[in-house]
Amino acid sequence: MNIHEYQAKALLKGYGAPVAEGVAILKVEEAEAAAKSLPGPLYVVKSQIHAGGRGKGKFKELGPDAKGGVRLAKSIEEVVAHAKDMLGNTLVTAQTGEAGKQVNRLYIEDGADIDRELYCSILVDRSVGQVAFVVSTEGGMDIEAVAHDTPEKIHTIAIDPEAGVTADDVAKISQALQLSGAAAEDAKTLFPALYKAFGEKDMALLEVNPLIVMKDGHLRVLDAKMSFDGNAIFRHDDVKALRDETEEDAKEIEASKWDLAYVALDGNIGCMVNGAGLAMATMDIIKLYGKEPANFCDVGGGAGKEKVAAAFKIITADPKVEGILVNIFGGIMKCDVIAEGVVAAVQEVGLKVPLVVRLEGTNVELGKKILNESGLAITAADDLDDAAKKIVAAINA
Amino acid sequence: MSILVNKDTKVLVQGLTGKTGTFHTEQALAYYGTQMVGGIHPKKGGETWTGSKGESLPIFATVAEAKEKTGADASVIYVPPAGAADAIIEAIDAEIPFITCITEGIPVMDMVRVKARLDRSSSRLLGPNCPGVLTPEECKIGIMPGSIFRKGSVGIVSRSGTLTYEAVFQTSNEGLGQTTAVGIGGDPVKGTEFIDILEMFLADEATQSIIMIGEIGGSAEEDAAQFLIDEAKKGRKKPMAGFIAGRTAPKGRTMGHAGAVVSGGKGDADSKISAMEAAGIKVSPSPARLGKTLVEVLKG
Repeated sequence: MNIHEYQAKALLKGYGAPVAEGVAILKVEEAEAAAKSLPGPLYVVKSQIHAGGRGKGKFKELGPDAKGGVRLAKSIEEVVAHAKDMLGNTLVTAQTGEAGKQVNRLYIEDGADIDRELYCSILVDRSVGQVAFVVSTEGGMDIEAVAHDTPEKIHTIAIDPEAGVTADDVAKISQALQLSGAAAEDAKTLFPALYKAFGEKDMALLEVNPLIVMKDGHLRVLDAKMSFDGNAIFRHDDVKALRDETEEDAKEIEASKWDLAYVALDGNIGCMVNGAGLAMATMDIIKLYGKEPANFCDVGGGAGKEKVAAAFKIITADPKVEGILVNIFGGIMKCDVIAEGVVAAVQEVGLKVPLVVRLEGTNVELGKKILNESGLAITAADDLDDAAKKIVAAINA
Repeated sequence: MSILVNKDTKVLVQGLTGKTGTFHTEQALAYYGTQMVGGIHPKKGGETWTGSKGESLPIFATVAEAKEKTGADASVIYVPPAGAADAIIEAIDAEIPFITCITEGIPVMDMVRVKARLDRSSSRLLGPNCPGVLTPEECKIGIMPGSIFRKGSVGIVSRSGTLTYEAVFQTSNEGLGQTTAVGIGGDPVKGTEFIDILEMFLADEATQSIIMIGEIGGSAEEDAAQFLIDEAKKGRKKPMAGFIAGRTAPKGRTMGHAGAVVSGGKGDADSKISAMEAAGIKVSPSPARLGKTLVEVLKG
């Protein structure tokens, strides 16, 4: 789960991290009061969408020469003008895709005098099973490009979970970022604070890009991107409250209510599969036979009939779907439960597209019997290859 | 021969009394008499678990007590996500040599905590978020469907549960059968990696060939490929086929498994496939042709 920059900054501020003063607004009318509450004379007006590359992004509705999704303002009037320009319009960035994202929130922030821009992120380094800082002196730019072009400028410092961020760790990070003076002093509290926030809130990624050294020598979190471990949201009601559903796909929101692993894609074969690996492999084999999947959908191991039916309904409700492939290899999941769920869903919402079902594993005979006796127009498949061929053939027919 | 488990393995169940634990314990007992020797429940110690066919197992209050009374050398965990990390740690503290955690959805920070404890212990953890391990006709730990297995010569290791079943099913259909099939799990932080299992398969005489199934995310497949290259230089090499799931997955999206995500320009399928091919593994483009691909490799 992702949250907006202003929410991430407020959260970090609670941990003592240095962030600029700022106010989030939803309407143009709020812009003036928001700016007046800040010290000035320099302001930054920032689009709040769940995608990076906002500064270089372009608004669809404005001309190609219009400024991007993050703008400087030197007066309150200019803040208001930018707010009018940006709110409600569609920002297209390198990460949004061509469709872009509508800007429904702005963050108006006190400007900063920047001396140096640095990069700092925290993530779980899976190769060692520890939380790690990834830092670079090359801040403010696309870190993937830095990693590709100059990998020696990226430093990874793993943290022993039982010791936490030690003075030695801080020294390593500060050295990698070439911090001195006031910035090096700030580092002693900032990096342990970021680590604490990461762990206590079960984040999956905390990215501060850029972390800046200001002209007065102090550190400041200039931008913050935060995403959370979906498996840990259950113990963070405060984080759950920050979710902005307008940023997410409606089908994915519905799926998440049923605890289904669902990702909307662009193709036209709907998939319902048990197991993440098999669900990905099912997408791969559809592609291998020349078609594109409409979604990734893993109904998981312990799904009941209702959950299976819910998944099936989400898939059939997608207007792009021209055919459905159900691929189940039951282990923890029993084939009869899948069969009952599919039959119940079809009886409720009908079936307007071809449906191919492949069942194997636990209680497979019982599952096949339920499908056969349902009287529904379901094409049975013997194995995964057969299933993929049959659904592709049905769509091409 | 086999790896990790055999007919002598004695297994405890943490989370036996729940619906999932009960179902799969019944299945394990029915699978060539896998030695399930007891369950753990902090409040039900001294009681007896009864399965739907009248099977029964003693319940102990702690793993340590259960180990002492039963001589168990393995434990399988079906505890729900919020308590699963503590269940693993309890098994580590009780010095259970081989711990398998089936539970899906454990917060990754909990696993970071577990990993630190694990690294200082002599226990091996398989999983979490895995289907377990099965040695045909001897021992079934976890949730793999026993009916598709056949005793044979192929060692199978996979990050995905259901793709493990595909590999098992297809090698059974080809008449090859399996020595042991191991699901290492789909989480980013886990107890056992490909390299650990590949080392065991290389050392196991009965294992004549290996299927390795990876997926997008992380660099475990690349690490394993390098390991295989290094071992081959020492003259240790077995015929291998493989598959990588997620070729068509979009970047930056987590595909069901917490660990299955291409991020920061790392962990994509193409890099894994080329690393595996460089290590001499024949990578099948189709998940439906794992068995056939291995047969082709064996024919040379």
